[in-house]
Amino acid sequence: MSPAAGSASASAKRPPSRTGHNRVAHGDAAPHGDGIAPLHTLHIVTGKGGTGKTTIAGALATALATEGRRVLLCEVEGRSGISELFETSPLVGAEERRLCRTPAGGEVFGLSIDAEDALLEYLDTFYHLGLAGKALDKFGVVDFATSIAPGLRDVLLTGKVYEAVRRAQANRPNAYHAVVLDAPPTGRIAQFLNVHEAVAGLAKVGPIRGQADSIMRVLRSATTVVHIVTLLEDMPVTETEEAIADLRPTRIKVGTVIANKVTSTPLDTPQLQLAAAGEHPFDVPSLSARQNQSLAEEFATEAARILQERARHATLATFGVPLAEIDFDPAGIDETALFGIADQLAKQRSEEVE
Amino acid sequence: MSAPVLDVDAIINDRSTKIVICCGSGGVGKTTASAALAVRAAEAGRRVVVLTIDPARRLAQSLGLGALDNTPAPVTGVDTSAGGSLDAMMLDMKRTFDDVVLAHSTPEKAEMILQNPFYQALSSSFSGTQEYMAMEKLGQLHSQSEADGSWDLIIVDTPPARSALDFLDAPEHLSSLLDGRFLRLLLTPARGPFKLMSVGFNLVSSAMNKVLGTQIITDVKTFVTAFEALFGGFRARAEQTFELLSSEHTTFFVVATPERDALREAAYFVDRLTEEGMPLSGLVINRVHSSTVKVSAERALALAEDLDPADQPIEAMALQRHAALQHVIEREQVLLGRFSSSRPGVARTHVQALPTDVTDLDSLRRVGSLLSAED
Repeated sequence: MSPAAGSASASAKRPPSRTGHNRVAHGDAAPHGDGIAPLHTLHIVTGKGGTGKTTIAGALATALATEGRRVLLCEVEGRSGISELFETSPLVGAEERRLCRTPAGGEVFGLSIDAEDALLEYLDTFYHLGLAGKALDKFGVVDFATSIAPGLRDVLLTGKVYEAVRRAQANRPNAYHAVVLDAPPTGRIAQFLNVHEAVAGLAKVGPIRGQADSIMRVLRSATTVVHIVTLLEDMPVTETEEAIADLRPTRIKVGTVIANKVTSTPLDTPQLQLAAAGEHPFDVPSLSARQNQSLAEEFATEAARILQERARHATLATFGVPLAEIDFDPAGIDETALFGIADQLAKQRSEEVE
Repeated sequence: MSAPVLDVDAIINDRSTKIVICCGSGGVGKTTASAALAVRAAEAGRRVVVLTIDPARRLAQSLGLGALDNTPAPVTGVDTSAGGSLDAMMLDMKRTFDDVVLAHSTPEKAEMILQNPFYQALSSSFSGTQEYMAMEKLGQLHSQSEADGSWDLIIVDTPPARSALDFLDAPEHLSSLLDGRFLRLLLTPARGPFKLMSVGFNLVSSAMNKVLGTQIITDVKTFVTAFEALFGGFRARAEQTFELLSSEHTTFFVVATPERDALREAAYFVDRLTEEGMPLSGLVINRVHSSTVKVSAERALALAEDLDPADQPIEAMALQRHAALQHVIEREQVLLGRFSSSRPGVARTHVQALPTDVTDLDSLRRVGSLLSAED
């Protein structure tokens, strides 16, 4: 029947527990340190292009890497976004390299997942196809299969993430307390995660189907969550709403909507309205009348924009998903700025990172 | 170090420019730039068709159209007094692919292809299909304008590429895929010169069966057999399009924002186009910040400190925001300066950051005039 029954009971067996020992369950699987796992062990980060999805994924990984924890940050689009963010050389092949030690004493590792490598690894692990795997590659089968077979690419990419998540439960070496995935943008996220659907038309039975079923179980479990990064602008907010709607039928849980690059201000709405309307005469001593005037004009535009941000924040609040806000950083993003964003995330969503 | 100015008006008013391609990474305002260029060119007297591939239907919003389908439709509200016109269309990649299949094979064969699960996957989810079909559609629009003179300028908004390479590589990737050794082998069972290779092939074939199951292999074979007749045509057209892209009638605009990631992608794009001998006009830098208040960040912060926030909260906030804006401006100038020193000679135009979203013709006109402004 429907695979729903299976996954529901699977998650019922492992309820998320804030206080219970379940969270320590795979503590001894982590070779270094004795950190306990967070509430969610798989965090999938999506968002419209240009919203700062990769930055937020990096900051979230950093926030999750509290004392003694090992966190893996993965990317699937081969853009070297992670290594650029951490200002290090590109991640190649199957290498899982340490990107940083966090101030809290945890570690963040990076992995750039490639579909072709994942297929060869998959064939080798499950079928011991060392030689035949290489032959497949030589004949262009790997390229063909990962390019053309419906959904296979996504199954392979999510499959590698699944493998990294599973290491902890299976007591395998090189396990992580949490995995953060810098996922495809909002427009493609539901299709990307719905591996079940993707292979449905292709493989009714067989090993690929089995693999897709296992991945789907983990994606739908209580320990997996999707975060959507947005700006407080019209189109990113619309895409956030669409992504939430697209994800609903997949039964993968949406965790937090993260509004990025928000302008923080102590001013209240009436004050902003006054400034936006140009009805507040500026009187900064030691600025000329003309400078006061042009400063008022500059801030009128800014105040109007902040008011729009507030209206969009109110729209986001109606989506029924917890919100977090990240302040705009005029200095730009580098590794140290990441720790600042991580702190903001940890403060606002402490239940996620504790 | 200052970069040469990209004279957008000179390019779109030059009648020998027949194709303009806007490329760049996702979220940089490529669709808006394409639409603004299209409106400006149409109002300057060009007969323009703008092709967008973006699935978010943003151009549709920008042009005030409810829905764009797979054929160009006129955009209303454009000033045609200079003799120009504007049509817009949104690429439906599956429909374009279906049309190609229907146009180039017998009805029976077409039916077989359209029903095949591999074709369905290839035409709706293969990562390069969008780029490939955009090129196919560009070819079609180009032939139509050559034949009946419907348009004299085609503006293409490229797909939001996963990587800057996709757009140039997808046609090549798809045709090499369809022409690959593996498919040749599937099409040519152990016979003649392939007999020797088939030892390796059997290994491959049994591995595939083991992993995927025989039903899939059968589907692939059916698909490949039915598709074979189309291979030649696809490759030939991909080559033609590539030639069209390299011709003197085409020009590329690379769109970016003054941010590290977007400029890195832009640099990559510029290098790649240069390497391939593609005609690059220059860089459109969207959302560049500026200020008319001649007060430095440091001074603004010092002034803000001297104010009593209880007494003048709005002034204090305005000065802090001005300081932040000055920092943004400084950072953008540094990034743009670095870009120019590493790639001197690449012309550039800046579009000032707008406080509101671009959603109608008037705001597109405004972007268009910012695009063309010499500053």
